[in-house]
Amino acid sequence: MAISVLVLSERIAGEHPEATFELLGKGSKLAKQLGGELAVAVAGTDYPVQELGGADVILELAGLEAGAYAAPIWEAGVAAAIAASSPRVVLMSTGTVGLDLGGSLATRFGGQLASYVIDLDVDGEEILATAQLYGGKMLAEVALDSFICFATVIPGSFPADDGRSTGSPRVERIEVGEKPKAVAMAIREPETGGVDITAAPMLVSVGRGIGSSDNLELVQELADALKVPLSASRPVIDSGWLPKPHQVGKSGKKVKPSIYLSFGISGAPEHLEGMRNAEMIIACNTDPGAPIFEVAHFGTTVDLFDLVPELTERFGG
Amino acid sequence: MLAVLETRTIFGGETEAARVIFYLLALATLLLFFWGIYRRIRVYRVGRRPAGWRWLRRATKYDIPDVTARPGVSKSAAVIAANRSITKVKKPVGLAHLLVFWGFIGLFLATSILSLDYDILGNASRIVTGHTYSFFRGPFYLGYNAVFDLAGLLAIIGSVMLALRRWFSREPQLDYTRAEIPEGGYSRSKIVLGDQVFMVGLLLILVTGLLIQGLRIDGEGFPSFERWTWLGWLIGKMFASFGVGAASARSAHAWLWWVHVGSALAFIAYLPFSKALHILSAPTNLVVSDPANIRRLPAPPEGAAGYATFADFTPKELLAFDSCTKCGRCHYVCPARTAGAPLSPRDFILDLRQWSDRNNQIPLFLDSEDRPTPSGPLAGNGPLAGTVIKERTLWSCTTCMACVEICPVGVEHVPTIVQLRRSLVDRGEMDPTLQSALQNISTQGNSFGKSARMRARWTKGLDIPIPDARKEPVEYLWFLGDFASFDERLVEISRTLAKVLNSAGVSFGILYEDERNAGNDVRRVGEEGLFEMLVESNMRAFEKADFTRIVTTDPHSLNTLRNEYPAFGLDKEVLHYSELLAGLVYRGKVELKPLGRRVTYHDPCYLGRYNRVFDAPRAVIGASGCELLEMPRNRTNSFCCGAGGGRIWMDDSFLEERPSVNRIREAASLGVEYFVVACPKDYAMFSDAVKTAGLEESMKVVDIVELFSEALIGADLVEA
Amino acid sequence: MKIVVAMRQLADLVEELEVNADGTDIDRDFVKFVSNEWDEAALEEALCHKDDGDAEITVVALDEPDVDQTLYTALAKGADRAVKLTGHDPEGWIRTGDRAAILASWLERDDFDLVLTGVQAADDLDGQLAGVLAERLGVRHAAVVVGFHDADSAVQVEQELGGGTVAVSSLELPAVLGIQAARQTPRYASITRIRQAQQTQTIQEVEISAGGSLGGTVRKISPPKKRGGAEMLEGSASEVAERIAELIRSKGLARS
Ligand SMILES: Cc1cc2nc3c(=O)[nH]c(=O)nc-3n(C[C@H](O)[C@H](O)[C@H](O)COP(=O)(O)OP(=O)(O)OC[C@H]3O[C@@H](n4cnc5c(N)ncnc54)[C@H](O)[C@@H]3O)c2cc1C
Ligand code: SF4
Ligand code: SF4
Repeated sequence: MAISVLVLSERIAGEHPEATFELLGKGSKLAKQLGGELAVAVAGTDYPVQELGGADVILELAGLEAGAYAAPIWEAGVAAAIAASSPRVVLMSTGTVGLDLGGSLATRFGGQLASYVIDLDVDGEEILATAQLYGGKMLAEVALDSFICFATVIPGSFPADDGRSTGSPRVERIEVGEKPKAVAMAIREPETGGVDITAAPMLVSVGRGIGSSDNLELVQELADALKVPLSASRPVIDSGWLPKPHQVGKSGKKVKPSIYLSFGISGAPEHLEGMRNAEMIIACNTDPGAPIFEVAHFGTTVDLFDLVPELTERFGG
Repeated sequence: MLAVLETRTIFGGETEAARVIFYLLALATLLLFFWGIYRRIRVYRVGRRPAGWRWLRRATKYDIPDVTARPGVSKSAAVIAANRSITKVKKPVGLAHLLVFWGFIGLFLATSILSLDYDILGNASRIVTGHTYSFFRGPFYLGYNAVFDLAGLLAIIGSVMLALRRWFSREPQLDYTRAEIPEGGYSRSKIVLGDQVFMVGLLLILVTGLLIQGLRIDGEGFPSFERWTWLGWLIGKMFASFGVGAASARSAHAWLWWVHVGSALAFIAYLPFSKALHILSAPTNLVVSDPANIRRLPAPPEGAAGYATFADFTPKELLAFDSCTKCGRCHYVCPARTAGAPLSPRDFILDLRQWSDRNNQIPLFLDSEDRPTPSGPLAGNGPLAGTVIKERTLWSCTTCMACVEICPVGVEHVPTIVQLRRSLVDRGEMDPTLQSALQNISTQGNSFGKSARMRARWTKGLDIPIPDARKEPVEYLWFLGDFASFDERLVEISRTLAKVLNSAGVSFGILYEDERNAGNDVRRVGEEGLFEMLVESNMRAFEKADFTRIVTTDPHSLNTLRNEYPAFGLDKEVLHYSELLAGLVYRGKVELKPLGRRVTYHDPCYLGRYNRVFDAPRAVIGASGCELLEMPRNRTNSFCCGAGGGRIWMDDSFLEERPSVNRIREAASLGVEYFVVACPKDYAMFSDAVKTAGLEESMKVVDIVELFSEALIGADLVEA
Repeated sequence: MKIVVAMRQLADLVEELEVNADGTDIDRDFVKFVSNEWDEAALEEALCHKDDGDAEITVVALDEPDVDQTLYTALAKGADRAVKLTGHDPEGWIRTGDRAAILASWLERDDFDLVLTGVQAADDLDGQLAGVLAERLGVRHAAVVVGFHDADSAVQVEQELGGGTVAVSSLELPAVLGIQAARQTPRYASITRIRQAQQTQTIQEVEISAGGSLGGTVRKISPPKKRGGAEMLEGSASEVAERIAELIRSKGLARS
């Protein structure tokens, strides 16, 4: 059977990213619809094989050493994999690798590309992509009819569990002939200490409802359990309970995480200005009339002092 | 007494040598004095003269008489004569100064008369006719002594009062601690010493003057006509009672006379080189200061964005630096300084003066600051805005005008601060939050970054129509300003005002999406280009509309529309909504039921100090039957909320206590439940401050129109 | 070093966007256009390099609504030259493939070491410009760049991989970089300066005819379903916690 869908694992070192499984889950459905196999391209040879049971074929990109990254090197590797497998659809995420390679590979292979995709389907001869435009203010339905189509998918669009099935994929080794004029030098882990709340995928945010700095520990524990930074409304910063870089809002940072979990924040306009674009806002506030519920997707009026420990418990804190 | 000679000798020792020495000394003193003054005036003359520049300027046709009209010279003279700018706050200090002021003027007059008689008339007549004429005799002499003894006494009393205050008072104004502490420290001990020298010098002249009078009368054996010299007589008697006989009095007189004359001459020579300079510069500055200057900011220098070099300062500004007496009043009232920001208007002026003095090599004696490591005004290089005056310092100003209002010598700090800010803006050096606000204003016409088309969205959900002034003629064009249009909390108040106006039958309309930020604060931030752009768009919008006058919800907009837009062609009367509401009450258009609340009222800077609207909001409060308890700082002395001059767009987390919180605590001490405001920015600032101060339970911030609408009979406006 | 900064206009996201009559694009008649925020970062980073040493900056943009404003602003900030490419419909939706083709055909005639552009734009339906442009020019590229320094014939690039992890690589010049963030927030150009630039400097116009399809056919554009306030989670603290935990897991943000 021919390979019809190729998923790129954006693993540079360590585990496969969550997005890879999301794509594998969706990819296997698409592959079925297209009547072909699902392949996953993986950098290097030293990767956790057993986790990739969702795919039928693993394409090992030899020469793409783990632990360092350069776009042209990866581009050459993935291009070789595409050339070797001739899939109908190539799936990547809108992470750094996907943003790097989507456009250039589509151009190289003369295929069509859809970016910021949140859903995919097969419609006769065409691949139908639903994509976000204008920061999610619009959705576009795009039909791709090239013989090879590319999609870069927003992480979180598909359930990852669908891609975690067990299986025993074949392993094929892809040799990269091309010599890209680039050197992958190093991977630098973030310095611990200075927080950048704007870069976090999720924030636990706390407002004056917390009462005093002593109680801050409670939410800190939850944030630690979730491995995400703590952010806050201005009164918390003003009181000196948290340093300034943690402030969200008009006079603080504008954040746009996938999840914004707020506790004891009323939702003053100055605060909303900083976080209303978060993908999902979950608000906890004992006042059912608090304006934060206007922008939140989910809300609860349970007391934060009851809720937070329960949540911490659920995330192994 | 044969040939009663009701006069006296002039010199200590009547020798020819003494005369020669005295004249030489006096000549040297005068030369030094005039050279000292000349060398400062020469520097003023280097200053930039903007187009249409005049030292003294009559009100132009654009001046709205009450706030920007320039008092005539006679009015300024009256202010100076009564020391009114000094007495307006600290009465006792002002009185003491008034005594010194008039005492010295008297003594100066006395000396001048004497000099006219003796040095000029006497010497001239002797040379011409060989005979020495003098009018310093007879009844004139007696009256002269009686009057000028009084002057001396008053001057001494005043000086002693001021000296005691200087020595023993712990008032914060007298503390020379800087608001911005330079790295490496600083010392102002020279300034402190300079104050003492000034004071002790004055006292020395006064006291020796009286003593020699007493000694002279004693030495002359108390001729009875000298009783007219009542104070000298008393002192002479005192000497006599201590056993000082005529002979020893005469010799004591001879040398004490030299002490007196020497110190007086020294003081005159010292004057243009020291703190004493203010004796001349301060009244001059009061005459040339201009209330329009702060309300209608001057343009940047030709061809430059803002102040960068010495030559950018106007002669008036340079004179103002020399006029500052370091009284510390502005330092004390400044909300930025109070909140712990590195700005003190006093230090600002002193730093600029020191920098100018240093640049022009005209240092003042005992009136400068020292720093172990050169920085600020002492740094050799670096930009004026940024090094001489730190960026943070410049950005701290709320342009609240409290400093200008209180300054006894008419220093205008704010226009100069803005001129320096302009060069920061030109270099793009500002808070990121300010930058994004300016960007929003330049792209969307509002600081909220909302689409210009959303400006009238607050009208949605109102069941009354809001007329479009571009489509139908209206009496009042309602200019809302950004906060009243976009802030979620404030649009509710805007709706209330709309309902009130509607039910009172006022003909009004708005500009819908054509309204732009009026630009008052943009201009005060120092973004002159953007200000002009905003004026142009608003003027275009005004041209599209048909209206008689403008009413605005925003005091900041009021200021620029009323005082600055006329220069761009606006010729309509501009009112604040409190004035419109008060008008409805006066003209009996509405009937209000008393609410019976205890409230206090906060005067917005741009409404009160800037535009002198104090009574209209109070009338509205009164008419709604509320008991108004005034905060200690009210009317011209109101304390800024901290939002003005673009501060609302900047980070304020570095402040120790935000001015709004300070203000709320002041109100809380009155025990009122309602804090009434008449400015949308105030509403935002104080709602927040009430929470920070933990007073949500006991105090509520309300807008005057909320009170008004609640008290309005026959209209159900007040649901939510 | 010769740096070209490719900038573009974009419908302002603060605007309420509406769909056009045939449902395949936003209604462009009433929206306000501003420059892409990431392009601003690219320009800022270029200006920082110029401040540090010897970079010569050319800003280039396709003719689009209000693009002159963006170009003059760039000049006011310190760019050396501004170029506007014409020859296409300035009012329509310029898709990434066409944009890259037009830019590439101009760049092929102009000498450059580095092209900087924003890592993305909010209407990049057909992929991001940097990679497509680089591929067309046959040069190296990198996206999500948070810093770079040039070393002779190569550029050392730092790319953000997420969570603060940074990949460092070295690309032979010339190269195209998609800039994620500059080392400082883009500087402010005062309106006075911009007006000055308008009076004293000119935008060079170059007509180009080129095109390159890359994206698929847009069948329809529509706003996502409107949400009306929060969905309230009812129940005890523990029940609510369970629901929230599920929500977090569904976003793939926590495993346990
Ligand atoms: C110019 C300006 C700039 C500003 N900039 C910012 C900014 O950048 N960021 C910012 O955040 N604010 C800013 N503010 C302040 C803003 O107006 C609000 O004051 C602030 O956001 C309120 O913070 P909060 O929601 O934490 O506090 P509050 O408004 O006091 O809300 C506390 C909430 O906690 C809830 N609560 C209490 N106890 C519990 C409990 N046990 N469990 C659950 N909920 C509870 C209450 O119901 C209440 O809704 C600014 C204000 C101004 C004027
Ligand atoms: S205007 Fe107000 S804030 Fe500014 S210096 Fe004067 S008193 Fe201080
Ligand atoms: S500027 Fe005016 S108020 Fe301030 S210290 Fe000087 S004299 Fe006093």
